[in-house]
Amino acid sequence: MDVATLAFSAFYQFGDAFAFLVLSACGLAVIFGMMGVINLAHGEFIMCGAYVTVSAAHAGLPLPVAILIGSLVAAMVGALVELVVIRHLYDRPLDTIVATWGLSLIFTQGTLILLGSTMAGIGTPFGSFQVGGYSYSAYRLMLFAAAIVVLVALYALFNWTRFGVMARATIQVPHMAAALGIDTRRVYSLTFALGAGLAGLAGGLYAPTMTLVPTMGTTFIMEAFVTVVVGGADVFLGTAPAAALLAVVKATLTSWYGQLFGQIGLLVAVIVVIRVLPRGISGFLLRERG
Amino acid sequence: MNALSRFFRRLEGPQTLGRGPAFWIGFLVVLIGACLYPQFSDGYTVGNTVYFFTWIFMALGLSLIWGYGGSLSFGQTAFFGLAGYGYGILTINFGAAYGFTLVALVLAVAFAALFAALLGYFLFFGRISGVFLGIVTLSITLVLERFMAQTAGPEWRIGSARLNGFNGMSGMPPLTIPWPGGDIVLFPDIGLYYVVLGLLVLVYLGLRILVNSSFGNILVAIRENPERAEMLGYDIRKYQLGTFVIGAALAGLSGVLYTSWGQYITPSSMGMTAAALPIVWVAVGGRSDITTTLVGTLTVLAVFQMLTIYGSQYALVVMGALLVLTVLLAPRGLVFALARLLSRPFARRQPGDL
Repeated sequence: MDVATLAFSAFYQFGDAFAFLVLSACGLAVIFGMMGVINLAHGEFIMCGAYVTVSAAHAGLPLPVAILIGSLVAAMVGALVELVVIRHLYDRPLDTIVATWGLSLIFTQGTLILLGSTMAGIGTPFGSFQVGGYSYSAYRLMLFAAAIVVLVALYALFNWTRFGVMARATIQVPHMAAALGIDTRRVYSLTFALGAGLAGLAGGLYAPTMTLVPTMGTTFIMEAFVTVVVGGADVFLGTAPAAALLAVVKATLTSWYGQLFGQIGLLVAVIVVIRVLPRGISGFLLRERG
Repeated sequence: MNALSRFFRRLEGPQTLGRGPAFWIGFLVVLIGACLYPQFSDGYTVGNTVYFFTWIFMALGLSLIWGYGGSLSFGQTAFFGLAGYGYGILTINFGAAYGFTLVALVLAVAFAALFAALLGYFLFFGRISGVFLGIVTLSITLVLERFMAQTAGPEWRIGSARLNGFNGMSGMPPLTIPWPGGDIVLFPDIGLYYVVLGLLVLVYLGLRILVNSSFGNILVAIRENPERAEMLGYDIRKYQLGTFVIGAALAGLSGVLYTSWGQYITPSSMGMTAAALPIVWVAVGGRSDITTTLVGTLTVLAVFQMLTIYGSQYALVVMGALLVLTVLLAPRGLVFALARLLSRPFARRQPGDL
């Protein structure tokens, strides 16, 4: 293998890991950064997006439309969950974890009862291509691009729109934002729905590459948790660099020792990072700047 | 008599419900009832009751970590599984002769506690708290499950014990007490019932003494306001670490008893669902008191068992709903909510009540 193919292979592995970390974590990070709430039903929103996407694709819709529908449905479920449960628990973050875990049990088992233990999947589109005698899936590169697009879109949303300004004001000083006439409850609802929608998007994007089972959410959540913990409360200064850092760890260990050791490596990296930077990468960066 | 009353005074205090002769007479009545229970039942039912009892240690540990210490940990099942596997590996390798199963019990619990100490050092001395502690401990539990699930191959063996991947380990000997006239093998039957009941009473009374000691008071002070406790000169990290290790050891005890009860342990005993259940038991009963935790755990387990008989698939949905409703409507747990509901007409409202 010459240097160019080696470099491409490394880039492909890194991009794959990076996309997985960013896409599975950004919904969780948006909600955590906004409200300090960890949504343990995050995996189930991902599962919801995947199931809806595949159902829509089976119904004959083109895949991009199906993915869009999947994330919209997940966002609507998220808005409903916020209205019924989360809204009442904003001053009790630990109880929110417990309550969302209860929801996660209900969703997983409910899906199992309603839809059975598995659902017929759809094949991975775009086929594969060859570089230096090795075959790569084109869809994985598309996922890498999707992760970048999601990050850019979130940046644009939070910096260049009216909602973004209101959301950032609410993050900084909630009662001051409220005093200036921002309906903070509505901002919280919208943010939660946005986070759930991003989870659904992750589910929809990964649906063609996975087996659809009710417990598929657990495949994502460990990576999502780890990225959010390492990243800290800010999506751009935290989640993105954390995903890049962890992607290197994960891709290296996975290609040498297998998937499980990639995950163990992530866990060790997290424990080391929180020992050194208790507030995550974004806490460190913001302190440096401030 | 003086020594006895001093002993009782150490069992009572501001951190536990129940005091005075009335409570202890009630306690004694329940204990005698529990001791007589096998006389009125058959060995199979008694064996099933022991199964309930084995879980309570883990729940009491979680009550200590979460209810008293205020740190939400999802790691209990990890320690449960580690100790369970530890017991299996030790006893399959060294057998049950000369009371070795009891040594294995102690070693397995110590192993879980040691792992908790190492992990807790990084977590608490890294000042991880609040929601992060929960998700880091949950991640560790999930990775342990995945690690154990992939050990199916023949290369995963420790001595003569195969780890067996997702199918789990089985065939380890049950706890055995060496006895002059032949060893007493504790199959899930009346013998094991009395041993576990005895352990339960010891742990319950021990925890009452612990939480009413100065250690317990400081722990509650940390839960109420960590900064204040620190300003008063307590190294809160040490107290949190100590609590975490004690809780982990109790979870380990549950793991060993469970493994010995069924002679069986699988990776799914550390999975997502398994990790959720202790949280349900402790939250529903009332996490901030060990007595309500004990009562709540037994009640929820009994309800869960009944539901499983009528439709196992709905049991988990009901558990989830129970958890959400408890958090929303009775944040301190159902026992406290019931007590308040019953006493409301008679008591004046205290300032600061929920």
